[in-house]
Amino acid sequence: MADLKLTSLAKSYGDVSVLKDIDLDIKSGEFIVFVGPSGCGKSTLLRMIAGLEQITAGELQIARRVVNDIPPSQRGIAMVFQSYALYPHMTVRDNMAFALKIAGQSKDQIKAATDSAGKMLQLTPYLDRLPKALSGGQRQRVAIGRAIVRDPQVYLFDEPLSNLDAALRVATRIEIAQLKASMPDRTMIYVTHDQTEAMTLADRIVVLAGGGIAQVGAPLELYERPVNEFVAQFIGSPAMNLLPGRVKTVGSVTTVALEGGLEARVAIPTREGDQGMQVNLGVRPEDMREADGDALFEGTVDLTEALGEVTLLYFGTNAETVPIIAKLPGIHPGLNGRKVRLTADPDALHLFHNGQSLLYRDGDLPPYQPRTTPSGSMGSTPAGDDRQAPTDGIIKPEGPVR
Amino acid sequence: MELLWLAVSTIAIGVFGCVAWFWGSNWLLDRIYPAKGEKAGDNIRRAGQIRPWLFLGPAILFLGMYLVYPVFDSLWRSLFNSDGSQFVGVDNYVWLMGDGKFRESMLNNMLWLLVVPALATLFGLLAAQLTDRLKWGNIGKSLIFMPMAISFVGAGVIWKFIYEYRASGETQIGLLNWIVTRFGGEPQIWLTLPGWNNFFLMIVLVWIQTGFAMVILSAALRGIPEETIEAAVLDGASPLQVFFKIKVPQIMGTIAVVWTTITIVVLKVFDIVFVMTNGQWGTQVLANLMYDWMFRGTPDYGRGSAIAIVLMILVTPIMVWNIYNARKEVR
Repeated sequence: MADLKLTSLAKSYGDVSVLKDIDLDIKSGEFIVFVGPSGCGKSTLLRMIAGLEQITAGELQIARRVVNDIPPSQRGIAMVFQSYALYPHMTVRDNMAFALKIAGQSKDQIKAATDSAGKMLQLTPYLDRLPKALSGGQRQRVAIGRAIVRDPQVYLFDEPLSNLDAALRVATRIEIAQLKASMPDRTMIYVTHDQTEAMTLADRIVVLAGGGIAQVGAPLELYERPVNEFVAQFIGSPAMNLLPGRVKTVGSVTTVALEGGLEARVAIPTREGDQGMQVNLGVRPEDMREADGDALFEGTVDLTEALGEVTLLYFGTNAETVPIIAKLPGIHPGLNGRKVRLTADPDALHLFHNGQSLLYRDGDLPPYQPRTTPSGSMGSTPAGDDRQAPTDGIIKPEGPVR
Repeated sequence: MELLWLAVSTIAIGVFGCVAWFWGSNWLLDRIYPAKGEKAGDNIRRAGQIRPWLFLGPAILFLGMYLVYPVFDSLWRSLFNSDGSQFVGVDNYVWLMGDGKFRESMLNNMLWLLVVPALATLFGLLAAQLTDRLKWGNIGKSLIFMPMAISFVGAGVIWKFIYEYRASGETQIGLLNWIVTRFGGEPQIWLTLPGWNNFFLMIVLVWIQTGFAMVILSAALRGIPEETIEAAVLDGASPLQVFFKIKVPQIMGTIAVVWTTITIVVLKVFDIVFVMTNGQWGTQVLANLMYDWMFRGTPDYGRGSAIAIVLMILVTPIMVWNIYNARKEVR
């Protein structure tokens, strides 16, 4: 019903370009999450869709209608703000009713709409209270209710959980997921810098960086098949480790000679002539385990963080480089200061050359299938794909992104 | 020259006296309760209880002397005859109730009370909103604020010239009559036009107070969270609806403070009337009436004081409400 189409969308303030060449198709009923580091323009993009920011160049379509110059209230959208943006002088009911009153709906219609929204969000006992008499979570629910009563085609969320405490954030996140499930044909666009929210809520995640789209894909696809080092390190916590090395032998399985003398076998194909190519081996902390035989990393543990379910090992915290982090399941006392040898499955490793993943060297990949078992293979599914092409230019994080 | 020396030495003594008092009294306090030894904790606590009073003391003393004492003295005087020689009870108040000029003053004060705060606040609010997003808005604001820097007497003189009258045929030096004659009208003696002249005086105070209202309300408008305005825009509100349904209600507290502050100024209005009409032609107000009885011709301290007390009784409740609102705003 209401799909969105962003074509070469750009935003600049005077000479400062904030966003450029944003191409994105959002299907009706999708839950899309924009993530990215601070200042990447994700909120600006959302505000452009809302109509609160002028579009400098490009075209924005909502439900096949170009809305570049259509006022916000006529775009069929509703927005939930980070700061709730409730009208402090109006009761909960009046807050929700405001848009309907402006639209000239009858009293009965308004009452019915606010009653049902109040019921849906468990706000019925609070309908006659002022926002200041509500808790943070309740206020955010009123803000959501204000969007619901308008029954928009597209919901926009601008970091709606950032002002809530940790426990409430989880609870409200689940409420938003349930809300989406209860209206499958409504499109939702959600901006956050929290990757847990992005991973748990999204049908597709749009990673924004450096004024453009770094990658678009399902949450696990971004996790398992990041298109470049930026996405690789942005998705997943702690961030993916990058170990520099050179290609040693090529084939369907590549051998990489790492700096420091160790070797790693990677289940990513390379071609003849790649020998000696400078690459970064990407390995996620949670994919690392203690090696019985060959190791791809060895080092002295500088620091451990025991979280109970996992233990984080830090190597090279005193050096000026980014530390290497390993995440071992369970409790491992007494590892501090010890020399440890670690390895990982060839399937779980990533290879980057000049910041770009070698997986995408030959263009688009077949549709993504989650890796179910550690030995499951990637790229074995049928061809035919409508993925976004990776953006050109190298986006490299400066140090740890989070 | 002698006067100059007197002034300089008075200032020097005043400043030195203040410093000596604050330094000396605190030094003495620290001597009596030293912050060391066995009872250091107790001493610090006791000194802490006394210290605020050392700072407040002089202010309380002088406020008491120049504000509180005169109130009671006025009340006392209002119960005596014209030269204070004979106790007359509430006779002065009884006389006030029957006096035509007093009734005229009360009525005029009420009129001022309704018109001036309303107009000044309204114009201030409009000026604040309209100048907020303009490039030359700050210049406009400075111009609107400038009359605040002019004394009421000065403003009265300026506007007396605007309302100045010359007989028909002569060159009009008053701005208003010049405009009227330019458009073919007859020059008027504006300040004697019954009924209207009150409003001509009020315009002067509105002219002065609009700047004050504008500055305070402009700050309040800027304090409104931008998101609530954006949310209203998304909800489909027009600029007018945003202003009246979202912005104004959010700064209602500030509007109340501005309104009541101007109301208090209005109740005490004296200089403008004194300079421009001196209460003639039906423009008398309470403060000027009080001045008339107190200091003009044969002074009547009893009646003058009685008017002063009435004026104070009128101002007090507004003052209390004003302070209450202002404190609520701060919180």
